Amino acid sequence: MRRLLFALLLFVVAGISFAPAATAAEEIVITGSTTVLPVMQKAGEAFMAANPNISLAISGGGSGNGVKALNEGLCHIAMSPRDIKSSEVAQGKANGVNPVRTAVAVDALVPVVHPENPVKALSTAQLRDMYAGKIVNWKEVGGADGKIVLVSRDTSSGTFETWETMIMNREKISPAALLQASNGAVVQSVAKNKRAIGYIGFGYLNNSIKKLDVDGIAATPATALAGQWPIARELYLFTNGEPAGAVKKLVTYLLDPQKGQKAVAETGYIPLLRK
Amino acid sequence: MNAGFARKETYIRRVLAGIAGCSLLFLALIMLFLFMEGLPVFKSLAPLDFFFGMGWYPTLEPPEFGIFPLIAGSVAVTLVSGVLAILLGVMTAVWLTEIAPSPVRRICKPLIELLAALPSVVVGFFGMVVIAPLLQEYLDVDTGLNLFNAGLMLAFMSVPIVCSVAEDALYAVPVTLREASLALGATRWETTIRVVVPAAFSGIGTACMLGMSRSIGETMVVLMVAGGAGILPASIFDPVRPMPAAIAAEMAEAPFRGEHYHALFAIGMVLFLFTLLFNTIAQRIAEKNRQSPD
Repeated sequence: MRRLLFALLLFVVAGISFAPAATAAEEIVITGSTTVLPVMQKAGEAFMAANPNISLAISGGGSGNGVKALNEGLCHIAMSPRDIKSSEVAQGKANGVNPVRTAVAVDALVPVVHPENPVKALSTAQLRDMYAGKIVNWKEVGGADGKIVLVSRDTSSGTFETWETMIMNREKISPAALLQASNGAVVQSVAKNKRAIGYIGFGYLNNSIKKLDVDGIAATPATALAGQWPIARELYLFTNGEPAGAVKKLVTYLLDPQKGQKAVAETGYIPLLRK
Repeated sequence: MNAGFARKETYIRRVLAGIAGCSLLFLALIMLFLFMEGLPVFKSLAPLDFFFGMGWYPTLEPPEFGIFPLIAGSVAVTLVSGVLAILLGVMTAVWLTEIAPSPVRRICKPLIELLAALPSVVVGFFGMVVIAPLLQEYLDVDTGLNLFNAGLMLAFMSVPIVCSVAEDALYAVPVTLREASLALGATRWETTIRVVVPAAFSGIGTACMLGMSRSIGETMVVLMVAGGAGILPASIFDPVRPMPAAIAAEMAEAPFRGEHYHALFAIGMVLFLFTLLFNTIAQRIAEKNRQSPD
């Protein structure tokens, strides 16, 4: 028994003393919005292949969590599709962290419906009235008779926040809206329901759902980059101070039109044209 | 030798007491933490507005923290799943003890208990991808992600518990009771319904309560299939937003120690009180059962 305990102890001690050897390479910890996550994952794989001595630890968890982690010194890069809040800046200052913003891509939110829905285009005003619960039947916007089933993102998600600021204009989203926890879940529930309408990031468009024109403008990369598409936003990385060292290498890689920006396009977002 | 043995005995007893004390202490600390993080919400919010407010808009300026629709959602989902699970679970238990031949029972019971091992995310996915479209197609409801779907999925998850506990209770009814009833000329059906089930009533009650406390706390399933609309359900096919779904969906984004964060913890407190209530009732019934003479 005693010998067994001793062996166990030896094993634990050995484990502790050898553990750091495995992480000798430089590690960049990245966390935050699940909207920015696919870009980071795609570009990250290629980046790690090109820089074998730098390893990336990428995780989602939401913009709020990412910024919080950056402020608490738990990560090097926080991903977020919204600008940092003043309360978050203050929180960072208190911990000696100075969050600096770098835009890496443009994301456009697209209203989507079931492919069999005859409605092809809506105005921002119509979208607002639908989500506020004032327009309740598809008949009122040129569709077939049937109740409109609103699908929205959770009130705490960055996607919801963008939709609220860009479309809702301070009006409350109807409490009858189905709140889904991810872009994928919104696609899933709209694709399965002929009366549903939802909104998702460009990166999640697929053939199971139909995108709508808004204010007479088609949702394409060109209109979003030109600033014509009414529901577009930039995707940001936040770092503590200006990017430096390995982090700078990664940011430069992401902004390279031949490398990171290609991954942005492949993920379904819109590559950022540097002015 | 004897003295050494006694010392060893005391030593072992102390270690075990220490371990048991630790787990109790941890539970107490978790509870303390829950209340410490939840109660501050009442500093800026009247309890009446919190418990009976109709609007849940935590990110709006100014925010609204009314959890009445969430409580109603939880209660509604638990009731629907309770009715389904109790019907299915108790009837299965009666069939297993009273009707099924012994080999069938030996095979079926472990199989039903295995159902409990199904991960909740799998059950949720099944409800989302299979049941929801079926409901929309055949019942023509507005959305398949609704109260009924969530109740059905939760019933799947609590049937094993209800069935297993109820079956144990029915099985424990002495054979002499059955024999006496049959000897008096009662049919097997009459014996089951008038004698065996009433004799096991408290055990069946415990089973129901345990099943319902499982339903009210379940998170993944309601997050995936209940729809997530913070409204009072007017029909069984309306979407709802039960309390665990709200906590799971929003906690990650709630600013640390902010009002929203405290409000979510306060919801956790309410949920804890509900589960505590169900478990206490279950225990009371079980205790009564234990004291009843055979």
